[in-house]
Amino acid sequence: MKKFCISFFSILFFTQASFALVKIDITRGNLEPLPTAVSKFYIEDPSKFSEELKKLNLEEKISETISNNLKRSGLFFIIDPKSYIQSPNIAHVKPTFQDWTLIKAQIMVSGKLVIDEQKRLRVEFRLWDVVGGKEIEGLALFATPQSWRRIAHIISDKIYERMTGESGYFDTRIIYVAESGPKDQRVKKLAIMDQDGYGNKYLTLGNELVLTPRFNPTAQMITYMSYFKNLPRVYLLNIETGSQEVVGDFPGMTFAPRFSPDGKKIIMSFAKDGNSDIYTMDLSSRVVEQLTTHPSIDTSPSYSSDGKYITFNSDRSGSQQIYVMRSDGSNVKRISFGEGLYGTPVWSPRGDLIAFTKIFKGNFYIGVMRSDGSGERLLTENFYQEAPSWSPNGRVLIFYREKKSGKSGAGGGSSLWSIDLTGYNERKIDTPTDASDPAWSGLLSK
Amino acid sequence: MLTKSLRNTFLVIALGIFISACSTTAQKTQKKGDDVYTGTDTVKFLATGVADRVFFGTNSSRLTTASKATLDKQADYIKSSKISVVIEGHADERGTREYNLALGERRANAVSDYLMTKGIAKTSIKVISYGKERPVSTDSSALAWSQNRRSVTVKSN
Repeated sequence: MKKFCISFFSILFFTQASFALVKIDITRGNLEPLPTAVSKFYIEDPSKFSEELKKLNLEEKISETISNNLKRSGLFFIIDPKSYIQSPNIAHVKPTFQDWTLIKAQIMVSGKLVIDEQKRLRVEFRLWDVVGGKEIEGLALFATPQSWRRIAHIISDKIYERMTGESGYFDTRIIYVAESGPKDQRVKKLAIMDQDGYGNKYLTLGNELVLTPRFNPTAQMITYMSYFKNLPRVYLLNIETGSQEVVGDFPGMTFAPRFSPDGKKIIMSFAKDGNSDIYTMDLSSRVVEQLTTHPSIDTSPSYSSDGKYITFNSDRSGSQQIYVMRSDGSNVKRISFGEGLYGTPVWSPRGDLIAFTKIFKGNFYIGVMRSDGSGERLLTENFYQEAPSWSPNGRVLIFYREKKSGKSGAGGGSSLWSIDLTGYNERKIDTPTDASDPAWSGLLSK
Repeated sequence: MLTKSLRNTFLVIALGIFISACSTTAQKTQKKGDDVYTGTDTVKFLATGVADRVFFGTNSSRLTTASKATLDKQADYIKSSKISVVIEGHADERGTREYNLALGERRANAVSDYLMTKGIAKTSIKVISYGKERPVSTDSSALAWSQNRRSVTVKSN
């Protein structure tokens, strides 16, 4: 996989203490998205742009990518660019705010593109509070022109952060399982794409069944399960180098892997003689530790963001339910007590909530509860959906659905979806093929 | 074909009614393991009269009397023909993927354990779970799900 070189040191111009008059309250379902104008960026000195570079149409593509990110968050309404009166360079250098209030914009985004002596692309952006009539954010970024998408995502994150007071989630990737073929002979490949669906790449060829990929904290490694040589085991894949290895030397099936929040361990289940327990393996020392010893199914483990606790599901009570224990395996407590079955618990990066799948009266729900089991809230109901994964800011969940199929599997299929923690803004995420088992990376530019 | 699948549905339902009629405790939700497939569709044979698979109730790995009878025949066949086998454990599509992997493993081991009590050496049995990944019936119906909750004994040499 190609390495990105982006220099991020670069916060600059503007120091005036400024609090925006407009602000988004992210904790409520935002029914009135913020009217936002994203001006086309402009090229300062077109003579420095080669024909090849001009073809990339960056001045339009970058603003379009930012617009799409903001729109998908559900928190911003992007005003149609056809109604913008000001030329992009005026908007960026000295905007006339009346022109923007006229079209009811509350904030405006402008930007400039420069190619410097080292042939690097320099992107400068400004965020304007149209109501207050002032600049409230500014940033310049350098990168190779080919990595312009990441620049657009970083700018989007900056805008999201400025307007909501929380970190964004646009400069991120999704790892998932791409599916094709009939239901009884499904071909599955690992695939990775940008959060907005661009840059889709396959990481395996589909020769063996692969399931449940998850990122490490730096998003350079993936742990997943593979049936390579018909031996179902947990694997580790370095996506930069493509190198792969089996995790540990277990005499049986290992599955349901995740990284610890520091990236040093993998936590997973190992099934032996009909009993699945939870284990960890330290990736540098290779030391394996068994955390549960119950003769029931213990699986789908997930660490709390501080690494001190683990949540998992177990059927030790007689049915599949969610439990929390200390990271050494002590103090196991059941936390789900509602009607139905509970599975795939996953701890929010913010630490306060656990997202889960609930099966109740033949339907599947994605929900959240506090880590003591209180405050259960169901966000969405469907024929089949499961395995939520958090955006790095803990505000959005991505998961997959499967459609009910008719005779001979007709009409079935799987797809990726996202929903805000508020229960609003449910969206299908487009993928080139059917898709399942999505996992969200952390912010790439931390 | 149609009449056959109707009959199978009927068998599943009939068994369900029979068991719930026997149940003395009031159960709002479906009782674990009371929906075992009892038909013959999808079944293949290791040898004449030796069915290759047994079926399970929802979230259950309990072997029914009928399953044990099937496995008795499998045990005789495995012993007499001196073969090794792989027991594949499967689940229906109505559970979470990871739990289903564990459930398939538990089912395959229930079969493996039973075969061992009938004198099959541990060394001639391997187990593998496919969870919900390899259904045999691909529509989303109670009948298909009951046919997919299965373990299949496959010759490995």
